[in-house]
Amino acid sequence: MNLTLKVWRQKNINDKGQFVTYQAKDIADDMSFLEMLDVVNEELTRKGEDPIYFDHDCREGICGMCSLVINGRPHGPKYGITTCQLHMRSFHDGQTIVIEPWRAAAFPVLKDLAVDRTSFERIQQAGGYVSVNTGGVPDANNIPVPKRIADEAFEAATCIGCGACVAACKNASAMLFVSAKISQFALLPQGQTERYERAMAMIDQMDAEGFGNCTNTGACEAECPKGIKLTNIARMNREYLTAKLFRQEEVH
Amino acid sequence: MLDSKVPAGPLAEKWSKHKFDMKLVNPANKRKFTILVVGTGLAGASAAASLAELGYNVKTFCYQDSPRRAHSIAAQGGINAAKNYQNDGDSVYRLFYDTIKGGDYRAREANVYRLAEVSVNIIDQCVAQGVPFARDYGGLLDNRSFGGAQVSRTFYARGQTGQQLLLGAYSALNRQIKKGKVQSYTRHEMLDLVKIDGEARGIITRDLISGKIESHEGHAVLLCTGGYGNVFFLSTNAMGCNVTAAWRAHKRGAFFANPCYTQIHPTCIPVTGDHQSKLTLMSESLRNDGRVWVPKTVELAEKLRNGQLKPRDIKEEDRDYYLERKYPSFGNLVPRDVASRNAKEMVDDGRGVGKTGVAVYLDFADAIQRLGRDVVEAKYGNLFDMYFQITDENPYEQPMRIYPAVHYTMGGLWVDYNLMSTVPGLYCLGEANFSDHGANRLGASALMQGLSDGYFVIPYTVGDYLAKIGNFNPVDKNHPAFEQTRKEVEDRINKLLSLKGSKTVDDIHKKLGHIMWEYCGMARSAEGLKKAKGLIAELRKEFWEDVSVLGQNEELNMSLEKAGRVADFLELGELMVDDALNRAESCGGHFRLESQTEEGEAKRNDEEFTYVSAWEYQGDDQAAVLHKEDLVFENVELTQRSYK
Amino acid sequence: MSKSKPVLTSSLGKKLIMSLTGLFLCTFLVVHLIGNLQLFKDDGGYAFNTYAHWMTSFPPIKVVSYLLYISVIVHAIFALILTTKNKAARPIGYSQYNGKAGSAWSSRNMGILGTVLLVFIITHMQNFWYPYKFGSTPYVEYRTEVATGNQEIITSDELPSSYNGYVQTEGNGIETIKSKDLYRQVATTFQNPLLVLLYLVGMAALSFHLIHGFKSAFQTLGWSHRRYNVIIRWVGVWIFGVVIPILFALMPLYFYFVK
Repeated sequence: MNLTLKVWRQKNINDKGQFVTYQAKDIADDMSFLEMLDVVNEELTRKGEDPIYFDHDCREGICGMCSLVINGRPHGPKYGITTCQLHMRSFHDGQTIVIEPWRAAAFPVLKDLAVDRTSFERIQQAGGYVSVNTGGVPDANNIPVPKRIADEAFEAATCIGCGACVAACKNASAMLFVSAKISQFALLPQGQTERYERAMAMIDQMDAEGFGNCTNTGACEAECPKGIKLTNIARMNREYLTAKLFRQEEVH
Repeated sequence: MLDSKVPAGPLAEKWSKHKFDMKLVNPANKRKFTILVVGTGLAGASAAASLAELGYNVKTFCYQDSPRRAHSIAAQGGINAAKNYQNDGDSVYRLFYDTIKGGDYRAREANVYRLAEVSVNIIDQCVAQGVPFARDYGGLLDNRSFGGAQVSRTFYARGQTGQQLLLGAYSALNRQIKKGKVQSYTRHEMLDLVKIDGEARGIITRDLISGKIESHEGHAVLLCTGGYGNVFFLSTNAMGCNVTAAWRAHKRGAFFANPCYTQIHPTCIPVTGDHQSKLTLMSESLRNDGRVWVPKTVELAEKLRNGQLKPRDIKEEDRDYYLERKYPSFGNLVPRDVASRNAKEMVDDGRGVGKTGVAVYLDFADAIQRLGRDVVEAKYGNLFDMYFQITDENPYEQPMRIYPAVHYTMGGLWVDYNLMSTVPGLYCLGEANFSDHGANRLGASALMQGLSDGYFVIPYTVGDYLAKIGNFNPVDKNHPAFEQTRKEVEDRINKLLSLKGSKTVDDIHKKLGHIMWEYCGMARSAEGLKKAKGLIAELRKEFWEDVSVLGQNEELNMSLEKAGRVADFLELGELMVDDALNRAESCGGHFRLESQTEEGEAKRNDEEFTYVSAWEYQGDDQAAVLHKEDLVFENVELTQRSYK
Repeated sequence: MSKSKPVLTSSLGKKLIMSLTGLFLCTFLVVHLIGNLQLFKDDGGYAFNTYAHWMTSFPPIKVVSYLLYISVIVHAIFALILTTKNKAARPIGYSQYNGKAGSAWSSRNMGILGTVLLVFIITHMQNFWYPYKFGSTPYVEYRTEVATGNQEIITSDELPSSYNGYVQTEGNGIETIKSKDLYRQVATTFQNPLLVLLYLVGMAALSFHLIHGFKSAFQTLGWSHRRYNVIIRWVGVWIFGVVIPILFALMPLYFYFVK
């Protein structure tokens, strides 16, 4: 099939950027979306033009590196997958595809379609851990965790940190991402000692990074390639408000 | 001569004794040392966090935009540990034995035993960090049997154990970053090693965003940079996985061990065409219930390929369940290398299926009939979905098409028992080193090794080295070696950027991949390897004459990044071929056509080849020199594997 | 971990305010509706006017009503603050944004719906609250024989000069109520088709605002539970999104078409 691509091109973080139109020719159904971009890039390279920069790595939907808003939707037209798992059979001959980077003040565009997601790093650094040193921990089976709780914590922990939730949210809010991490530790016994401190620290950092506020539209949940649930945001709210309003003795 | 520094004494006491014998760094002095950790996968993140907890200053480097995205994240199956929680007779010794045997007796006994020994601590550590392993209804940890093991010793977190373990190590790392003990450099690529007076004292990196070439000084350098499977272009590795850091270190004096040992995983989704950029692994567990077959005749295969027949049209008597036929006792559960080689044999025989003819069937019809669709869905649903997503074929209704793909590289930088390479102060951890898996890695052992090296080995052994340095002065960042190495890096970048030929870097990389896969893949022969050597040399010439590298250094430059990596793969490819040529025996993932039994099975040659090949770099266009580390087996008896 | 910031400076603190004021306004709606249902009584406004007096004079209700005004204002101000921050969080928008793929229309347009409601509330207060409290309304006198229930209603388009506030007396078996006739004020107001239309638009906005807002408030409070979420959703959609707005909307229609 042949396609028309409208791709956001931006030289660097200071450049204004604009859409540039490209033709993608002879694209096979079983190519992945990123392979289609590879083909376009190979052609650009042969012509001596700068190839389109996009983030990607594992190409199997787990590293969270790939992004792209495709025709107005993060990770493209299908639910529950990342861009690297999207195949060209989801498009039809002659279609125009608009490809844009994640848009958020906290995710500045580095080049073309790649954005800087280090704001996520700083949120995790603020408290997304259990303070244990290597060694000196109890036997693994000394900490029983009810299966349901373990499963729920696991569901929250499947977040790949891609940022699609921010991209999908009309307010560019990062609350699904932050709540997933807070939830995982709030549920597990290992996370209890720092439970309230963690919630406050991570939320403070989230706010400092300039993400928007959640208005509970649910777009993040719908577009999350890993199906992280909105209930995590409710849990985060609970953790934070409990910490703030009722648990001052446990926190600074 | 190569000294593995394996301590004397009984196997089970070596590590304890060694831990006591090693020198310690006074707690107050630890903060005077800086350690550079390159790569932030399981090995790198766990090492960096553990060392920072001890009080060392640590700098970490990764090419991804976050340490959490290192390719350890993609590991699916699980992590082995000799916990014996299932009371099924597992023990440290059994895990040790299985690993040594699985590696076809080409690994170092003492290292493997230590790996088995600390495996139990890994699980404790990860659970304490909040890693959500699968649990039973009683709230305790669940285990499964994996990769044909006789005991259930594999801990897992659904199909994403790698991600959960890495997130655990990453969280520990984050804690240290927050404390200021670790400085994290993301989107940074190590381009060279800096040596002062023969010891590793720093690295040169390129900031991938700004192109800035930076020097970082430290008292020790840890390479945790993963494997080099991408030398084949197509592999299950991430697109960015590369050998550059290890290769640069090799060129600075670190020996490269067993480069020809690569693991080809039998159950991957086949290649569909030239545009393919990577291959996707389907969990090995599929072979527990799936049956592998191809049609008995070339004619039928032909009809399947051009779509005249559908797989379901092939009658039972026209199907060849070749693994069940050839290996009646193990059947479809033969080890990875055997399953892979047999698939290739079928395809070479003209009986491959699918449009390209380069695939075999993995059929679940019997399992669905026997267990019911619901049970099959509960067991493999997510894998079936993944397969459907990629191929648009429904594995509930027609057999999956699978074909082997490069998955893991057992070879890597040579390290001694302390994980130190032949360059003092340069350590190598995880998949990047050669030490624990011999010629073939068992399932669920890669995660175990990465974390064992990072959490429980390096914190001790690096201290021993630092304590012996003798002074606590910071590394002299004005030493001419930094400027010198930095200049060499810049020259190389400029040379790459001056290439304005007609080929793209991927063109060359794909060609290299074809050569490697054809001649240094699942089956290798002296003749083919010699041919490959010539072809790679030509290709390397073509690269430096006719490739096109666009743009400038001072920007995010995909072309430049790739070019640097492929240039190193071209050199590594030659060394792999040399190594494969030298090892005129079949062992594990290395199958030499000249060395097989009458039935066509791999035949080891213990008389001549019970050694580690460690290659010393001699200069561009000069043959590397082979050093041998003899493998001494004091505890296990070498036997020929048989799965008949 | 360092000292955490004050709750109201945080995103979640502000959302908490939105949630609490919103839910408070929801409870008011229920009370307001029950009272206003008296409009449908064909009693010349007797019940409604009595209720209106009680609402404006009973001290606890008065306190609550001030809380109410504050809530509306706070709700609107915080909405403005949050919206401003949200806009700043995405300075460059998408050229294509397919919001409906993942979220409901109402949830994405709470600001617009809220603005419509604010306009509605201001008009509504100008129509009824302000004249009732400060301006001139029609006048009504109900004389009811306690024994028989026979009632005589005396009305006037203007307040008599002797009117000195709502008076209820009983003597000679006759109960007399002298009151401002808010009922007739309603009836005359809703003869204006434009106002009827505005009220209908207002109630539509209310419906969509609450279909999202009611459940959203609980989510923000962190009151999320597998078992009760179903109930919260149901109440949000059917009670606050359908029943209440429809009953309110029937009032202008009733006076325009029936009376």
